[in-house]
Amino acid sequence: MAEISIRNVAKRFGDFTALDSIDLTVADREFMVLLGASGCGKTTLLRIIAGLETPSEGEVWIGSRRVDHLPPRQRGIAMVFQNYAVFPHLTVFENIAFGLRMQKLPEAEIKRRVGRTAELMHIGQLLKRYSGQLSGGQRQRVAVARAMAMEPDVILMDEPLSNLDALLRLEMRAELKGVLAESKTTTIYVTHDQVEAMSLADRIAVMDKGRIVQAERPIEVYRNPAARFVGSFIGNPPMNFLPARKADNGAWRVAGVTFEGPASERDEIAFAIRPEDLAPADDGLPAEVRVVEPLGPHMLVTCDVEGQLFRAVLDSDIDLSRGDLLRLAPAPERIRWFDPETEQSLRMH
Amino acid sequence: MTAVTATEAARPAADIRSRGRLVFVTVIVILCVWVLVPIYLLAINAFSSPDQVNAFPKSFVPGFETDNINFFLGFAGVGKALFNSILVAGITMVLSILLGAPAGYALSRFDFHGKDTFRVLVLMTRAFPLPLLALPLAVMFIRTGLDDTAFGLALVHTTLALPFAVLITFSLFSGIPVELEEAAWTLGCTRFQAFYKVVLPLILPGIAASAVFAFVISWNEVFAAAVLTIENRTLTAFLLQSLDVSPLHLKFAGGAVLVAPALIFIFVVRRYLFAMWGIANR
Amino acid sequence: MEQRVLPYLLLLPATLFLCVFFIYPFLLVAWQAFSEGGSFTLEHFQTMAGHWKFSTAFWNTMLLALAVVPVQIALALLMATLVTRMGSGRDLILYIWTIPLGISDLAAGIIWLAIFEQTGFLNSMLAGLGIIEQPITWLSYQNKSTIFLAVVLAEIWRATAIVLVILVAGMGLIPKEYYEAAEVFGAGPWKRFVRITLPMLRPSLQTALILRTILAFEVFAVVMALGGTNLPVLMGETYVWQFDLQDRNVAAAYALVILGISIAFTLVFLRTLRVPREAQP
Repeated sequence: MAEISIRNVAKRFGDFTALDSIDLTVADREFMVLLGASGCGKTTLLRIIAGLETPSEGEVWIGSRRVDHLPPRQRGIAMVFQNYAVFPHLTVFENIAFGLRMQKLPEAEIKRRVGRTAELMHIGQLLKRYSGQLSGGQRQRVAVARAMAMEPDVILMDEPLSNLDALLRLEMRAELKGVLAESKTTTIYVTHDQVEAMSLADRIAVMDKGRIVQAERPIEVYRNPAARFVGSFIGNPPMNFLPARKADNGAWRVAGVTFEGPASERDEIAFAIRPEDLAPADDGLPAEVRVVEPLGPHMLVTCDVEGQLFRAVLDSDIDLSRGDLLRLAPAPERIRWFDPETEQSLRMH
Repeated sequence: MTAVTATEAARPAADIRSRGRLVFVTVIVILCVWVLVPIYLLAINAFSSPDQVNAFPKSFVPGFETDNINFFLGFAGVGKALFNSILVAGITMVLSILLGAPAGYALSRFDFHGKDTFRVLVLMTRAFPLPLLALPLAVMFIRTGLDDTAFGLALVHTTLALPFAVLITFSLFSGIPVELEEAAWTLGCTRFQAFYKVVLPLILPGIAASAVFAFVISWNEVFAAAVLTIENRTLTAFLLQSLDVSPLHLKFAGGAVLVAPALIFIFVVRRYLFAMWGIANR
Repeated sequence: MEQRVLPYLLLLPATLFLCVFFIYPFLLVAWQAFSEGGSFTLEHFQTMAGHWKFSTAFWNTMLLALAVVPVQIALALLMATLVTRMGSGRDLILYIWTIPLGISDLAAGIIWLAIFEQTGFLNSMLAGLGIIEQPITWLSYQNKSTIFLAVVLAEIWRATAIVLVILVAGMGLIPKEYYEAAEVFGAGPWKRFVRITLPMLRPSLQTALILRTILAFEVFAVVMALGGTNLPVLMGETYVWQFDLQDRNVAAAYALVILGISIAFTLVFLRTLRVPREAQP
């Protein structure tokens, strides 16, 4: 039973606030991904959970223990590092056995666990090698095996796939998901890669400027961004935003087209729609085509709508070229609205 | 016009290149000769009999006699001086690593107030003629009973070697990723265990190299050794003292004994010389 | 908590050591030079400056540094440039060229004594070539200029290696792309050396200059081996006052003079070769 609970954690380096009162609970056996751009504080948060940094404020609980004053070795965690941190002076076997030896387990048990995790990560034939004789992917496998062999309550992963090349990353991603689902540990995984986050996570915590902006299931984060930042950060291409001006009887005018929208005190709010939720239609938003990029299954069309950059993912059968005028209609149930000041999502009543 | 010059230039280009190659190799060979020949000449003198050393004109081939060296090594006081040199250099080596390595580690792993002050203190030692320290310390040592002891001299030599030890170990520790240590912590190590099990094995060859470096600094030092020792002379102090009185062949034998370990030391640390200076410079 | 205290704990031994054996002795030596029986005096400096050997020693030391250091820098630059263009055999050549690094100044003096002494190899060679009949006494007090030359050669031979090491290390830090870019823009080898190598090498040149100049002011054992007291230098005079004349205060005054010129030159090099902060990579 290892629920992780982070309570009001803050971290300051001098004048710089890296983390600003973070509250987050990760359920037992949950796979939580911390997602954000570099410098958003996600790695700092992970390192605070690991015990590699001390928080300036707040508490960290793992299971029923408060751990923020404990050194890493007493927290019941295992960690996989971005640069693998495979010990170069030890064989693969000794690397995986390292933590087990620290626990003074009997030799037979060490052999059994190393053998099993090595098998699991498909590195059984590499046990006698040294780090220098391994490829990047193999080192990554050793690093994961070393963490898994500890049979920890919690596994922490800091951008473990970011140093692999694209193809290998895809392969390792699928494998990690399988292995970690099997192991039934609680996992916290840091990445800046949204695809990785979407594919692995039970829940994604999107971070920005030292705060958690939204922590929900991947599809929820994608469909219903809690803030403008989430919409613009997640999705490739990201969400489109257009200014919406207040019209009569609670409706909003966007580029000359009227939409039903949320109630707001303000005269102008932001209208948002994902590029793939647009389709050509006579009553749509007027757009002038700037760039057409055929991508195979569909095509990415970059347009100008009332002077704003606006992207649409359209069926590749449509014949378009630069300068064409067309009308793009948003799917009504996919339209989202944001407050321009707070940048928070405005829900329809 | 341009076409003509182009074809004209094309032919000598190959010549120039091969001529350049020749000059390149010649200069390298000359520089090697410049470095090696004086050592060879000392070797001739060291391995000739006293008669051969004082003969004129002299042979450019050694007589392959070990009389000189044997006589030198058997000369009154030489054995003791040799022992003192090794003892002082040994103590210097141990002291400078024991004091320097923790400081190098702290500089490479922590951010803290006063870090820059310490670095300035270390770098400042470079701007001072350190052997002069021997003068005031001579007085201090007489008061504390450290005068004319190997340990007292080793303390002065440690002042010479310590800044190097700090900078070298700093660069060595900086070369070990912090993540390796952190990984060890998460795998159940205390800070000390992580250092002992992960950092130390990786750093040991480098530490050995900087220890050798400290040894050489002490082994070669003349001024402080001559000032601080009277009865317990080191080899350099002994040689300096007997420069005016001892015959030529003895000086040369002594010089050879002084040089021989240096050749080996530089060979041992050669891989680290450049890495050490590259980082210590910044 | 441990995190806060640990670095200081680790620095403590080295700091204490340097305070006791570096800072304190220098205060002590200054006090020795400026005091007599507990009160301030300039008497020792007057004794020092009044002695006939002082100005000779001072100028000999200066001239030696001036003759030695520039040649060393130029020679080391040449060697370092050659090394960077070397393919196979680079390690062997570097090892050979750095051998003198491990050789003490005393040993270097003795080595060059083997060449310049009366029955030495220089005379033997000249006689062998039929140029001279009788050996020449190069190192007697009548031949001060040849003593000077011998010391210069011995110093260049011995201590160019340290400059070489610093410069080779510094050149290793210059990214290759700069040279390739310069070549693409049409810069020849000499232009590349002047426009890229030298400016990028400035921090290393600064370190080498400071280190070598200070060591040149400390020249001692080479001179003792080759010239005895025929070529007085500051460090040698310090030694003479300490031992032969048994006057610690004047020796301390000498030490302060050496210290003074060392610091002065260090500051000059720090200023003139400073790399502006904005231009640092």
